[in-house]
Amino acid sequence: MAVDERLDVAIIGSGPAGLAAAARAARRGMRHLLLEKTDHLSDTVYRYQKGKHVMATPAQLLLRADVGFEPGAREAVLDRWNRDAAEVGIAIRLEAEVTSISGSRGAFVLGLAGGETILAAHVVLAIGTQGNPNLLRARGVGEPGMPIVQYTLDDPGEYVDSHIIVVGSGDAGIENALGLAADPVQGNHVTILNRSADFARAKDANVKALFAARDAGRLTVLTETSPNRLEPGHMVVDTRDGEARLRCDRVIARLGSAPPRAFVEQAGVAFASAAREAFPTLSPTYETSVPGLYIIGALAGYPLIKHCLNQGHDVIEFIAGNTELKPADEPILEQRLGGLSPARSVAEWIALFRREVSIFRHVSPLQMRELLLDARVRQFAPGETVFVKNDVGASLFAIAEGEVEVEIAAGPPRRTAIIETGSIVGEVGLISGRRRGATVRAHGPATLVELPRNAALRLIGTVPQARAEVDRITTTRLLLQIFQSGLSAEDLAPILASAEQQTVRAGERIIAEGDTDDSLVVIRRGSCVVEKELGGRQVFLNYLPAGSYFGEMAVIDGSRRTATVRAAIRSELLRLEGREFRALFETRPELRARMLADMAARRSLTAFIEQEKHRFGSAIDLYSETAAFLMENGIGEATDMLLIDERLCVGCDNCEKACADSHDGLSRLDREAGRTFAYLHVPTSCRHCEHPHCMTDCPPNAIQRGADGEVSINESCIGCGNCVRYCPYGVIRMDAPPPPKPGLLSWMLLGRGPGPGEPPKAWVKAERKARGEAEPAKKAVKCDMCAGKAGGPACVRACPTGAALRVSPEAFLALARGGA
Amino acid sequence: MNAPIPAGAMRAPAEGRRTARHEGFLGHRRFFWAWVALLATAAAVLLYALDDPWPRPNGGTALGYALGTAGALLILWLSLLGLRKRRYTDGQWSLKAWVSAHVWLGLALGVIATLHTGFQFGWNVHTLAYGLMLLVILSGLLGVWLYARLPRRLSANRAETSERAMAATLAENDRALKEAARLLDDRSAALVEAAIRGPAVGPTLEQRLSGRVRRCATAAARARLDATDPALETVAALLGARAALLAQMRRHVQLKSTLQLWLLVHVPATVGLLAALLAHVVSVFFYW
Ligand SMILES: Cc1cc2nc3c(=O)[nH]c(=O)nc-3n(C[C@H](O)[C@H](O)[C@H](O)COP(=O)(O)OP(=O)(O)OC[C@H]3O[C@@H](n4cnc5c(N)ncnc54)[C@H](O)[C@@H]3O)c2cc1C
Ligand code: HEM
Ligand code: SF4
Ligand code: SF4
Repeated sequence: MAVDERLDVAIIGSGPAGLAAAARAARRGMRHLLLEKTDHLSDTVYRYQKGKHVMATPAQLLLRADVGFEPGAREAVLDRWNRDAAEVGIAIRLEAEVTSISGSRGAFVLGLAGGETILAAHVVLAIGTQGNPNLLRARGVGEPGMPIVQYTLDDPGEYVDSHIIVVGSGDAGIENALGLAADPVQGNHVTILNRSADFARAKDANVKALFAARDAGRLTVLTETSPNRLEPGHMVVDTRDGEARLRCDRVIARLGSAPPRAFVEQAGVAFASAAREAFPTLSPTYETSVPGLYIIGALAGYPLIKHCLNQGHDVIEFIAGNTELKPADEPILEQRLGGLSPARSVAEWIALFRREVSIFRHVSPLQMRELLLDARVRQFAPGETVFVKNDVGASLFAIAEGEVEVEIAAGPPRRTAIIETGSIVGEVGLISGRRRGATVRAHGPATLVELPRNAALRLIGTVPQARAEVDRITTTRLLLQIFQSGLSAEDLAPILASAEQQTVRAGERIIAEGDTDDSLVVIRRGSCVVEKELGGRQVFLNYLPAGSYFGEMAVIDGSRRTATVRAAIRSELLRLEGREFRALFETRPELRARMLADMAARRSLTAFIEQEKHRFGSAIDLYSETAAFLMENGIGEATDMLLIDERLCVGCDNCEKACADSHDGLSRLDREAGRTFAYLHVPTSCRHCEHPHCMTDCPPNAIQRGADGEVSINESCIGCGNCVRYCPYGVIRMDAPPPPKPGLLSWMLLGRGPGPGEPPKAWVKAERKARGEAEPAKKAVKCDMCAGKAGGPACVRACPTGAALRVSPEAFLALARGGA
Repeated sequence: MNAPIPAGAMRAPAEGRRTARHEGFLGHRRFFWAWVALLATAAAVLLYALDDPWPRPNGGTALGYALGTAGALLILWLSLLGLRKRRYTDGQWSLKAWVSAHVWLGLALGVIATLHTGFQFGWNVHTLAYGLMLLVILSGLLGVWLYARLPRRLSANRAETSERAMAATLAENDRALKEAARLLDDRSAALVEAAIRGPAVGPTLEQRLSGRVRRCATAAARARLDATDPALETVAALLGARAALLAQMRRHVQLKSTLQLWLLVHVPATVGLLAALLAHVVSVFFYW
């Protein structure tokens, strides 16, 4: 290509971010091109459910993009964008998937899927976070004359009399296979391949339907089988007994999708860390580590449409050399920081925060602005309370001015410790999703920046130095908290210097009974189970939550490991050298005494089990099996779990009715569904996970941990359904509250209305019609542990027999032992 | 910097919102209400034994009035359970505690009311009220017995599925049956068709409680189709699966109905009792 064909800027991805960038470039008269993989604009929004109400939050943020955006139906939003794109004169190329990016400022080369290349001086990457489907790896894929391979299935009714092979064992694959085989009149021969022996990743109902369809002869299920190569009209597969050749006209590969990170990294872009949740490292102008390559939108960590649009506008301004651009958020920040004393300008406050606070030191002014949009800056009078012990709050406080005082003992004698300017407090709630460890008050006047969990996590995810700093502070504090004994941070320095961080998978063995190593292990995140071999079987001894330690026996007396410890869920550990500890014992005999006391308690538990073993062997087996069952069902990451003792449950469903009637008429619990072991039933209901998966990708940050430790969803939910997909326990539903029912007495005496509990769908429909109301927008609903209700969870209070109980894992596993 | 934070604080759970102890309704709070009921009964018996009224014990003596008032108030309170069960208000109440008190005090009521009668019975509204009360109490006892025995069976029969899942599996199975039946001769196809159309669970209460369906079409089809005919192999297998599923569903409905059946005596008898009690009290005070 000739030099004059080089673009000023190529924009990849036509979501709100890319679209706004292209519009700005068009307005500025830059030579630009918007490249979009699909055959329409803004695929993520395009794929919202029909008629979905698109929300425009945060409301205070001014929109300054060249494409318009107002809250409204998906169709209206898309129409508007299509119109505006045409009007502004954006140069668009649809069905142009960019598969490679190389070069740097002034000389980028983009490779398209068809093999074509495009040259550009700057590149704006705005491909969102949806990623690409994983490709089928088999010889012959894509070659002419071979069976067609596709990665989506829009309309299963399209295909007739074909031999179709579906590859993939997740819900998408199963649903496609069932769809293709649903109508025998189509005459399709459908086969589904699964590399492993079972369909562990798919929903139970789907798996059942699949096997029923197989039993009915409508499709073929091949397990432990994987594609080897394609041949004309055939696919050759590897089975346990060797190769087999299947008739095949078309392959539907549903192998999940790969996050776009790998693609981005191929372009040379550095990410803040290897952690899964990390974002690309960006400059204040959204530039990546590759000069001239910019990243904006969801991929940069800003998933709300309004943010995306503004960033699209701003990034082009930066590329065009506009350094004077005043951020769109200036009025909001002025208002936020205006009430503080002494009066300072926004820029002055930002400079102060970046100078004083260690975790903000490496944050760019632009990132600091973004942080402040989510944060609250609060000033405290001397002695004023910042937070109280056992409050649950998932925010982090950075001390910008003054000092705070942590209450170590309420007394008498009251003991406190000072935390100085520049440090942080409240990190425990952030790191482990748990309650406040101590009461904190201002020591003299103080100015604190309060970062909500998501903003703090984004900070840690984008600025490696901030992550390191938070890590250092939390680890030291965790150890001081665990070991107490008058230790100081200085005492711990040598131990921390030799400490080793380790991440373990669920079920992975951390120490093994009989081994002679002597490190002491602290659980930073996750939880572990302690087991011991008795009579040839692993017997469950104990459950260790985050914030506990183990392995102290070997440290103290050099004995062999007396038990095996495994991770209950994916956990982060800190391994501390036994040698360093023994050195510390010399100067701090209290530490040794404390560890001896802990050790004695644990030894006596072991002895108890060992002794009981002969008397109640089967009871202890049952206990171990029950513990294993609960671990499988998520108790390892639960903070609070609803269980049903099916020896008592009479099936009256009063628990569900109580739940519905105390929460807008929608039940958040499905009693019958779920697993059961030894009459202990785990219904489909929120576990209030220690690290809630549902929070992973909530655009408006509507999922929060509340005052009683509950994970709940507030009104800012935009109904995107992301949380439903992330929750591994299937406890979130999307629904709209039904209209109000007639009162209890008029139901009892006059038979009016549907009675207690969630009203049947038919009644809701009829009632809406009678009232002339439309169905309200569907939002995510889940258990909120009856937050704010005196007396606690309604399900438990309404159970007539005592079958329904709520437990924390520690308490329950101890209880089960008592009962054994 | 780096202030130490007290150990344990990090994970102090909100125990207030959790179940402190795991006990069924009978043993709630270490049988607290059983003890209360026992004491109340013992006190009533003792007073009755020590009392020496003239001409003979009945509802009209001082003790009789006291026992009668206690009994009537108890009945009113016991009846309120129906409301408590369905008013899911906030507050420190638990239905389990209510049921515990209900059961034990309800039994005490049996003794208290019997002493109140002074063992004078006749064909009148007073004895009618007493009889209805006994009916309520006895049906309550039956209920407690069923609550103790049936839940395990319900759980075991359900075996990790749910009503919804059972219905879905049945629908799935029926679709396959229809599909397979298209290739059959008319007589066999009609049998399969009838099996699919037949009711899954007994339409009458009696059939639900027995867990059987009269003239079950699925059973009939299985009996009449020639099992040795290889052409019928698929259909026979599907009918077998259908029969097994129906057995599970019927057992489920049987157990659930039984768990509620006694309430069909307990609650209407309570309504009757309240009416008879009113008549009893009114007649005693106004027409004595
Ligand atoms: C169901 C749902 C509901 C939501 N509701 C709301 C809401 O009400 N309000 C709100 O503010 N936010 C909402 N969000 C969030 C919001 O939609 C996204 O965060 C936003 O669309 C991200 O914009 P983006 O421009 O960064 O990326 P995207 O919108 O994801 O756009 C990326 C585009 O890039 C294209 N692309 C990807 N790879 C390539 C490639 N290699 N070459 C060329 N093109 C490529 C894609 O096809 C796509 O069109 C919702 C999200 C979901 C999933
Ligand atoms: C005169 C005395 C009694 C009266 C008026 C009475 C009344 C009631 C009422 C109105 C209900 C509510 C039923 C519903 O709405 O579902 C009920 C439930 C119940 N009663 Fe009684 N009752 C009496 C005595 C007893 C006794 C003696 C027992 C047991 C020995 C008993 C056991 C029960 C049980 C187990 C329930 C069911 C609780 C539930 O599942 O919700 N009752 N009773
Ligand atoms: S909704 Fe799911 S992921 Fe979220 S806390 Fe509850 S169980 Fe955990
Ligand atoms: S309220 Fe209790 S007895 Fe009734 S269904 Fe729920 S757990 Fe079972």
